[in-house]
Amino acid sequence: MEHTHTIVGHEQNEHGDATTRTIWKTFWILLCVTIVEVSLAFLYLETDFPNRIILNSIFIGLTIVKAFFIVAEFMHLRHEIKNLILTILIPLMLFVWFIIAFLADGDSWRNMRKDLSPGKPHQELPAVHAEEGHH
Amino acid sequence: MDTAVTAKKKWWGGGYSPFNVSYGKLMMWYFLMSDTFTFGALLISYGTIRFMSTSWPDPNSVFRAFPLMGEAHMPLVFVSLMTFILIMSSVTMVLAVHAGHHKNQKDVAKWLTWTIVGGIAFLSCQAWEWTHLFHEGAWWGRNPFLNVDGTVASTNFTNFFFTITGFHGLHVTSGVVLNIIILANVLKGTYENRGHYEMVEKVGLYWHFVDLVWVFVFTCFYLL
Repeated sequence: MEHTHTIVGHEQNEHGDATTRTIWKTFWILLCVTIVEVSLAFLYLETDFPNRIILNSIFIGLTIVKAFFIVAEFMHLRHEIKNLILTILIPLMLFVWFIIAFLADGDSWRNMRKDLSPGKPHQELPAVHAEEGHH
Repeated sequence: MDTAVTAKKKWWGGGYSPFNVSYGKLMMWYFLMSDTFTFGALLISYGTIRFMSTSWPDPNSVFRAFPLMGEAHMPLVFVSLMTFILIMSSVTMVLAVHAGHHKNQKDVAKWLTWTIVGGIAFLSCQAWEWTHLFHEGAWWGRNPFLNVDGTVASTNFTNFFFTITGFHGLHVTSGVVLNIIILANVLKGTYENRGHYEMVEKVGLYWHFVDLVWVFVFTCFYLL
């Protein structure tokens, strides 16, 4: 890691132009976000402090921040024209639906397995019983 | 600024690419989009299975080893190193693309070489991690790790882990191979004669995509 740092210093001195500066700035952002993620994970391991749901939301949020910087700066999408940006981003909107639908499906599957597992009282679930008739 | 340009120029009037990029670069973007859906499908199915499981192994007790550290309990340390290596190789790739814009053959070759070194380092890390897990008894269809609540875990955990990190590793491997081919062409002077280094940009897009996928794999398998 020390060696890498000296390369950083040299590069900035030799060609200190705007693009190179943006590249290194993006690198530091990505690195810092990753360090924050790992520190939060350790904080949770040591103290159980941030509630698991809050912690996971922070992780997902920070992941999207990192994804934004990689696509926008490293893949240069931010500097392309609007037509290209939209032709890439609009189809990806499908993911919003995919994630909600499939995770909700997994969740309901778990609830059904829990509720229908042997030894559970049956009268709790009139609705599921009615549906079982169709099978 | 972009909108101003778009408004003045009739982008869809014909005569030039309405996306203002070459055919090859546009197709690389569309390929990466389709690959996004492949990885997305894998990660979402992993999420679905995790949501339907009543309990799941704790990643911090599974991924806790570091090379040469024996039985030391070091969760997240090794995978953070892998993440750092991959981000670093992404940076050297952008620097290669940047040098290509300035038609600086020597710098393109230098940064591409560093990118290849980073890719190989990442793959070596992954090979070590897989070997370590294999020796602990984990593989497709075999899961020695217990759930968080102490119950016996299904093999879903290892199946998804090896399939998704394996598929990502395959992408890194092909990225390294592509980078080596491009480096050979740079050294031969192919792009110098062609007058531009656009091939470096296209392979660069692929390489950053591999880094992008890793960001999500890292979160889904090691953090959540």
